[in-house]
Amino acid sequence: MPKVNLNLTEVPVREKRLGSITGFAGTAGELVDCSSSGCLKDGTRSFSQCMGCSSGNAFCQLSMIRDAAMVNHAPVGCAGDFFGFNFVYRVGQMERDLPPAIGRYFNTNIEEMDTVFGALSKLEKTIRLAYDRVKPNAIFVTTSCASGIIGEDVESVTDRLTKELGIPVVNCVCEGFRSKIWTSGFDAAYHSIVRKIVKPPQKRTNKVNIINFWGSDVFSKLLNRLGYEANYVVPFSTVSQLETISEAAATIQICPTLGTYMGAALEQVYGVPEIKAPMAYGLAGTDAWMRELGRVLDREAEIEEIIREERAAVLPKLEEYRAKLKGTTCYLTAGSAHGHALIALLSELGIDVQGAAIFHHDPIYDNEDTSADMLDHTVKTYGDIKGYNVCNKQAYELVNILNRVRPDLMIARHGGMTLWGAKLGIPTLLIGDEHFSWGYQGLINYAERILETLDNREFVTNLAKHSSMPYTKWWLEQDPYTFLGGNTHVKTY
Amino acid sequence: MSKLIEQPRYSCALGVQQTVIAIQRAVPIVHAGPGCSTKIHGLLGQGEGYAGGSTIPCTNSSESEVVFGGEKKLKGVIDGAFKVIDADLFVVLTGCTSDIVGDDVGQVTREFQNLDKPIVFAETGGFKSNNYVSHDLIIKAIIEQYVDKYAPAKGEVIPGLVNVFASIPYQDPYWIGNLQEIKRLLIGIGLTPNILFGPESGGVSEWLTVPQAEFNIVVSAWPGLRSAKLLKRKYGTPFYHFPYLPVGGLETSRFLREVTAFGASIDREKAEKFIADEERKFYTHIERTADFMLEFRYGIPRMFYTILDATYAVGFSKYLLNELGIIPAEVQYIVDDTPEQYREGIREQFRRISDRRSANVEFSVDGGEIQEKIRQTNPKQRALILGSGWERDLAADIGADLLPISVPITYRLILNCGYAGYNGGLRLIEDIYDRVLGTYR
Repeated sequence: MPKVNLNLTEVPVREKRLGSITGFAGTAGELVDCSSSGCLKDGTRSFSQCMGCSSGNAFCQLSMIRDAAMVNHAPVGCAGDFFGFNFVYRVGQMERDLPPAIGRYFNTNIEEMDTVFGALSKLEKTIRLAYDRVKPNAIFVTTSCASGIIGEDVESVTDRLTKELGIPVVNCVCEGFRSKIWTSGFDAAYHSIVRKIVKPPQKRTNKVNIINFWGSDVFSKLLNRLGYEANYVVPFSTVSQLETISEAAATIQICPTLGTYMGAALEQVYGVPEIKAPMAYGLAGTDAWMRELGRVLDREAEIEEIIREERAAVLPKLEEYRAKLKGTTCYLTAGSAHGHALIALLSELGIDVQGAAIFHHDPIYDNEDTSADMLDHTVKTYGDIKGYNVCNKQAYELVNILNRVRPDLMIARHGGMTLWGAKLGIPTLLIGDEHFSWGYQGLINYAERILETLDNREFVTNLAKHSSMPYTKWWLEQDPYTFLGGNTHVKTY
Repeated sequence: MSKLIEQPRYSCALGVQQTVIAIQRAVPIVHAGPGCSTKIHGLLGQGEGYAGGSTIPCTNSSESEVVFGGEKKLKGVIDGAFKVIDADLFVVLTGCTSDIVGDDVGQVTREFQNLDKPIVFAETGGFKSNNYVSHDLIIKAIIEQYVDKYAPAKGEVIPGLVNVFASIPYQDPYWIGNLQEIKRLLIGIGLTPNILFGPESGGVSEWLTVPQAEFNIVVSAWPGLRSAKLLKRKYGTPFYHFPYLPVGGLETSRFLREVTAFGASIDREKAEKFIADEERKFYTHIERTADFMLEFRYGIPRMFYTILDATYAVGFSKYLLNELGIIPAEVQYIVDDTPEQYREGIREQFRRISDRRSANVEFSVDGGEIQEKIRQTNPKQRALILGSGWERDLAADIGADLLPISVPITYRLILNCGYAGYNGGLRLIEDIYDRVLGTYR
């Protein structure tokens, strides 16, 4: 596996770097075995539905750096996600008591003639205009399928304008077609930050980097008690804050799917230790994670004390919820690491996880440390999950499975999925704040929301009665993995 | 004029996947990179409908399709779509990847067409145009590759049957409500409208009667015109063009009277009776609340800015000025990348926006630029902005009231709300003053 190499303009995609896959059907235990024995095979689907792409995931991190501007070098359709991220950005501003500010995002509007003659002059003009309009402290340029295929040398423009404008103008290579795994876009964003924004450390600080999305602040209290300070990156950071993340005492990831590359890059390039442990979901995972944090931050005694306190506070309530949730069946769909974490969490609550559709699988993270393998930890601690499906957001497979499994509850982490549970009359829950379920208190938070959801059946029952289903009867009777693999054949409907 | 875009308000050519979704039981098959459909759906549309959003079949073109071509992959996805998705019509749409590498999508589609499968295709690589332009391209593809083949009685004209091209679904966030009202009005004057999109339409079977229309109606500044011209060429169907959204009493009556004059089969007396009846109801409300508009003493908007597409900008401006007494700011902005040949006509509409007043119009696709210009005008009166969700801070900064009309809407949820016609005019008054009065505590 290649180590982090900041000389490369683009980070190798996950398929190549980590051997990640998007197609698998079996049990969680089987997947763990395949991953650790190096015999993982990817399945391809001969029929597929639309997914997300790297450029969206890159944008999702970079677009919320508070004093940067974005230039999307693409036809206007690629800018379709601008407002969605702007909305998330503004909601986050509200939650953080920041003054309202609109995201400053520009699109170069690549048109037909540009695909013939090139669009670098357009790019240059757009960067200059973004600079004049926003006076940002950095400008990030995200690429697109169109700019990638016509072979635009974006780096030459960003390098030149960095010198001329006196701020970092940073190329982020994230064309959609390059990777089947849209989380490669996170890596692209972080590669551009570590390469062009982060400065070598002058000193060590008591800050702890937390690579995260837009969730609530669950770390400050814990870290303050240990004498450290939480430093959330990348959304809502400033450029100067990002410059110094190399000086932090450690890096925490709220989700290794998100932060695998950044965590490893900061450790490999600047020696910032990354917390390598199962994520803090479920009791066993949280214990292990806390102890690793204590070890890395040299606060082992304090951590033991915190574990004791928190467990004492949470356990009686947890018993109560476990009794209520006993025997509840659940099907889950989510991104990779967070999905694994939710399986642990649901198992801890005594819920029978009947299966999961997880968007991709990284057999290993960039730190190459097997102790960070959350799925392995979950299987060992809570037992195997039978219907484990690696599926890059293919709703047709999900509908087929839900129609068979008919769980008491469906949990989704991403948009566009919950509808299918609800249309079948299954109470369905989507939790946007990934920090909501974190740690000991997260178990209680989640249990409460699940009970609420199970109790709230009127809407889904009525919706199911009046819904149409765009899937054929034929399809609902097929094996859900009919289109997965190179050699599957189906009879004509 | 800058071509770059801060704050996009429309999508690329592939954005027309939303036009397809708006046809009942029609489903797009997208031959493009993995993120395209999702980004389009993110900007255009709240809710995925029958089979939009995450249901859309897509090849999710990857590096290997870019290098080796994606025709085989496309064939597999079309094949699967026919088995998995329950639909009446499939529309294959290409994206940047397949158009740049030059996949022969026509050939792949024709293989299925030759098996009498209901499927058509169009080249909609994002860089080729935008979804205003490609809207007509899709209508053309459906007419030429599907309707021509399956329409039962192309030669027989049905008196009173009209095709309506009035809105770009999802790009016009109020398309369902607008089409609903336009259909109601046309039925009111005695016509049988093919409304073609949305829940008021009969879906694909309605499309099959398109060649039999007595005449066609285009209610739009420019999108839809190419479709009407195509149908004139193909089937000799004449068309009537109303170049903006008719909103409120004056313009809706004008629209209906002109349609009545155009359609030979319409009973003029009955139509006039319908119009008179609608006007009476409409103006009862205006009269009843005129004292509010004249007397509310704590400040209501005295001027407005439109940052809208041409169809909306002209329609709203005429209504606000002539029927609500809100005066246009010196410059109005049009954000739909109007092709050059239609611009003079739109300028002319603004020049004679009322009998005694005119406004200037600027065409720009760059929302950031427009906002800077409006900020600099620093209006003295309380202003009303008819724009998009991007105008949130602008409105706050200049103390204006904002009603989001153009995508991205985001700050409101739209079901069957529409602003066309008499009912739409009333609804617009309610929505504007709802926001205005909501600012008082």
